[in-house]
Amino acid sequence: MALQKLTIVKETPAQKAVNSLYVEFYRRLNASPQGTCPVDLASAFVNLCHSQSCGKCTPCRIGLGKLKQIIDKILAGKGTEFDLTNLERNAAAIADSADCAIGIEAANMVLTGLRGFREDYEAHIRTGQCLAQFMPIPCSSGCPAHVDIPGYIALVKAGRYADAIRVIRKDNPFPSVCSLICEHPCETHCRRKIVDDDSVNIRGLKRFAIDNAGIVPPPKPAESTGKTVAVIGGGPTGLTAAYFLSLMGHSVTIFEKNKQLGGMLRYGIPCYRLPDSYLDYDVDVILSLGVKVEHASIGTDLTLDEIRSKFDAVYLAIGAHAGRRLGIDGDDKRGVMSAVEMLHAVGDGQHLDFTGKKVIIVGGGNVAMDATRTSLRLGAQSVKCVYRRRRQDMTAMPEEVDGAIAEGCELLTLRSPLKVEYDEDDNVTALWVQPQIIGELSHGRPAPRPSDKQPERIECDYIIAAIGQAIDSAYFGESGVPLRREALVAEPGTSVPGMPGLFAGGDAVTRPATVIRAIEAGKIAANNIDAYLGFEHSITVDVDIPPAPYSIKPACGRVEMTEREVADRKGDFFLMENPMTYEEAQQECSRCMRCDQYGFGKFRGERKRQW
Amino acid sequence: MVKLTINNREIYTQEGTTILEAARANGINIPTLCYLKDINEIGACRMCLVEIEGESRLAASCNTPVTDGMVVHTHSKRVMNVRRINLRYIMSQHDARCPSCPRNNNCTLQEISTKMNLRYTPYGEFDKHAICHADFPIVKNYNKCVKCMRCINVCDKVQSMNIWDVIGTGGNTSVGVVGKTFDQSDCTLCGQCVTHCPVGALYERDDTIAVIDALQDPDKITIVQVAPAVRAAWGETFGLTREFATAERLVSALKAMGFDYVFDTDFSADLTIMEEGSELVERLTHREDSRLPMFTSCCPGWVRFIKSQYPNMVDNLSTAKSPQQMFGAVAKSYYAELLGVDPHRICCVSIMPCTAKKHECAIPNLNDACGDPDVDFALTTREVDYLINMFNLDVQSLLEQPFDQPLGIGTGAGVIFGATGGVMEAALRSAHYLVTGKNADPDAFRQVRGMDGWKEAQFYIAGINLRVAIASGLGNARKLMEAIRLGQVEYDFVEIMACPGGCSGGGGQPIHDGRELAEPRANRLYDIDRTSKLRFSHENPAVLKLYEDYLDKPLSEKAHHLLHTDHHGWKMPGEE
Repeated sequence: MALQKLTIVKETPAQKAVNSLYVEFYRRLNASPQGTCPVDLASAFVNLCHSQSCGKCTPCRIGLGKLKQIIDKILAGKGTEFDLTNLERNAAAIADSADCAIGIEAANMVLTGLRGFREDYEAHIRTGQCLAQFMPIPCSSGCPAHVDIPGYIALVKAGRYADAIRVIRKDNPFPSVCSLICEHPCETHCRRKIVDDDSVNIRGLKRFAIDNAGIVPPPKPAESTGKTVAVIGGGPTGLTAAYFLSLMGHSVTIFEKNKQLGGMLRYGIPCYRLPDSYLDYDVDVILSLGVKVEHASIGTDLTLDEIRSKFDAVYLAIGAHAGRRLGIDGDDKRGVMSAVEMLHAVGDGQHLDFTGKKVIIVGGGNVAMDATRTSLRLGAQSVKCVYRRRRQDMTAMPEEVDGAIAEGCELLTLRSPLKVEYDEDDNVTALWVQPQIIGELSHGRPAPRPSDKQPERIECDYIIAAIGQAIDSAYFGESGVPLRREALVAEPGTSVPGMPGLFAGGDAVTRPATVIRAIEAGKIAANNIDAYLGFEHSITVDVDIPPAPYSIKPACGRVEMTEREVADRKGDFFLMENPMTYEEAQQECSRCMRCDQYGFGKFRGERKRQW
Repeated sequence: MVKLTINNREIYTQEGTTILEAARANGINIPTLCYLKDINEIGACRMCLVEIEGESRLAASCNTPVTDGMVVHTHSKRVMNVRRINLRYIMSQHDARCPSCPRNNNCTLQEISTKMNLRYTPYGEFDKHAICHADFPIVKNYNKCVKCMRCINVCDKVQSMNIWDVIGTGGNTSVGVVGKTFDQSDCTLCGQCVTHCPVGALYERDDTIAVIDALQDPDKITIVQVAPAVRAAWGETFGLTREFATAERLVSALKAMGFDYVFDTDFSADLTIMEEGSELVERLTHREDSRLPMFTSCCPGWVRFIKSQYPNMVDNLSTAKSPQQMFGAVAKSYYAELLGVDPHRICCVSIMPCTAKKHECAIPNLNDACGDPDVDFALTTREVDYLINMFNLDVQSLLEQPFDQPLGIGTGAGVIFGATGGVMEAALRSAHYLVTGKNADPDAFRQVRGMDGWKEAQFYIAGINLRVAIASGLGNARKLMEAIRLGQVEYDFVEIMACPGGCSGGGGQPIHDGRELAEPRANRLYDIDRTSKLRFSHENPAVLKLYEDYLDKPLSEKAHHLLHTDHHGWKMPGEE
């Protein structure tokens, strides 16, 4: 028999279609609606996995089908506690006995579900009911401040920019700040992702509204209540609380220890990402409501007890402004500083001069990228970013990393700081690092460990540690505020347990998080402080939202934000991001699926015109 | 004005109108199932889809507003195809054994299936579910539910109770009560979800068989009372006019079924006025130790509402029992003595426009006459219509027959109890007499009439300034209660009825999908009042005789024992 000739195997049309369906499905999974029944999903997942089985081995060929049977029985309200035990036992056996990843990981998914949403399984068994509550409008549900996003996008489309700002301000007094630096969790589950390549560029449209709205005065505050509230810390959460409390008619005084208001927005985020003019657009509106500002530091100038006795309620919004040290030999030498210190100094207008210097940034988060790009703008000869893991493991937004690299930063990944080398005058001369190898998953992320390569020496003049921020809470702890490791402890409604009239929120409670999380806390604090003071004020907006179009725009690419050219932008602190054009904004608006008017939104997504 | 074209016809309509409303106003019918105007416009069933020229997607006409120049096709090939396919999907999960359904021949799904010439359903057997809480006054049958979500939205938007909710997601989505069973919820049993269900998924517990058993038990003396609002609606089921389907024809029907005595709840409505009116005067003259405003207590849905939603205001309720319960207490005491029979032999049945009355008659402490429940069975208007059918009575040939005496005597003031504002008006007529010693013009207080959800009025009677309010529909009731709680309003006397429009729009009345009939029924009651010889409760001779021979006077010890109750004497689910 002649040897079979080799032939080039072409992808069949069927295979091609399946692969394209996989891509589509992957996108759909990415945009998964929130609040669907997890048990139902477990059944669907195991069914999909089962259909991927080759069928050779018993556990995968038959077992996965049995898992689905048990889950479906539970779903139908006919399950018992035994079924749950049985499900677990079977899944464990399949994970233990399947021959390849297709079966093993399918069973592991079921086990993960059993751990993660056992409560849901049990509810189905006990009551025949599901605990799931479908989230009608993915963007608004995903936004911690629950901004009416489809509403303001419709207003941007209609050219009613000032109304768009009013709608945003009902829930978030920082439309201008968020238009540039919000991490936009609203975009995560955007239903547009099911249709085409990506979510609506929501943040970009907010920026378009801000750039075109002009000055939009705040609504008229409610009648004065005669109540006084102290806000300790003039960052985003403190200012948000101050804004809403003022609208409710309370008299608010902010105690700020820095020269200017804004907290991390001013002292943490560099101007090229958030120019002062954008920050002041929001701060000025908040102050225009009559918020008083006292520059004083609590614990030094005034005690917490004094403040609590003088005011009817107090909101602790101190943020997380302390830098973390590297914790290696030599980390106290001249030239070693934290990113927080460095960015604070720059934010305060003290321009450090890095001309001709070699700078090393340690860390892989957004603050590390801010420090990196700021160093480049301060004239550094070279900026190297040292990070323990791989580039894809960095927590910084990918566009920040790309931008930093484009501006000339060099990423030195898989390197862990060992010690600081310094000269006889205690000036830094180099950073010694231990090369790493990426390893097994730990808490879902691959963990690095020292590799067998030799330590490396990286010459430098400055080492900037961007490895997290600490909360300067010791004084408050001594004053009776409960702490959990340095973070202030507050209830979900922001009240501090055991201290009536004292509320706390923002980074100081959550540890360093995003601006929109801080705004959320400020909004919730205002709501609960108002109730504590004996009122039930509502924050309202009276803007008509344009109706949805009859048909939704077919699949269409997303308009991405662009940045000024590298050569142009890397030498200055002016805003780096380019705005959308009118044409781009209109197209992007028309990509909005109007989930407020179609699907579950039409039923359970009624527009909340007040809170 | 907007000009559009529907099915090649030019149509002019107001801006903001939906395609569906514009079409219907012009005699073009589009099938709907989930749609309930202003309450449920969610486009869920997809029956109302239409094609708009130039648009890629079909539009739900129930919630798509018209635009100028729009060209719409309501019955294009594409539309008719998807409608039939979607209807078959709905039918595949619906128990279509129609003859055994309480809504047979009065079902929107049945109607549109017939109209769409469905012929067959290709999906085989549906998954059968157990019928939920068949003992509770309101029953939910999951085998019939089409997930139109109307019950959820009626309960939310109209009644503000949020009892029904969406349970689960995806293919397992259904309608239920979150976190507890229906019978353990705060449901007021108003029955608005029942009257707004397009199919037979929600209905009252069927008590007709138990009543037939009693009728045919030789040891039982069956006494039936007919509530005011029933006389304005019972004939609708048979296509009778309101003028033909009188209370007196219903008396004939009930006699034909074998009831021994047929009486009128109007009688005990008048009695309620005597007790409640006297209680009001008592509270007003002892303001400092009285809870004001005083709330009416005749609506059991409202009583359930206040007990669960505003428990600290329960003592503002009048302690007077409802007319249904006063009737039962009098029937099993005074009337038993008149008949000279053992009250335990009496089976007391009521015909009510209401589903909550089934709960009320079963409240354990409403047993003051002889230890048995004062009222044994409360049937809805719909159930009395079922009984008429079960006895194969020919409604067309029914003759008018008067109520039995003496508990069959009622006044016009009693009749209007069946309309929102009616209790208030009846009370004002008698209060005027109580305070001044003379009668006002019976129509002097007509400003409390009408279908507004929250009405206010002030009357100066012999120097007393009486501030009153009336609300119907629990959403309106909640607004009123919030305003009282926040000190925004102050009243002396408040009438509240759980159902929009009062009992004439009650949850036990005949169902006409998509039509609200509280108003025409109420108008019928006002007509009866207008032509009544007696229009003042305090002039009801049977009531006066009852006091003279038996109770002494309003609020007497005996009256207290029989006609008043302790609203704390029973608990709502979860009440401490």
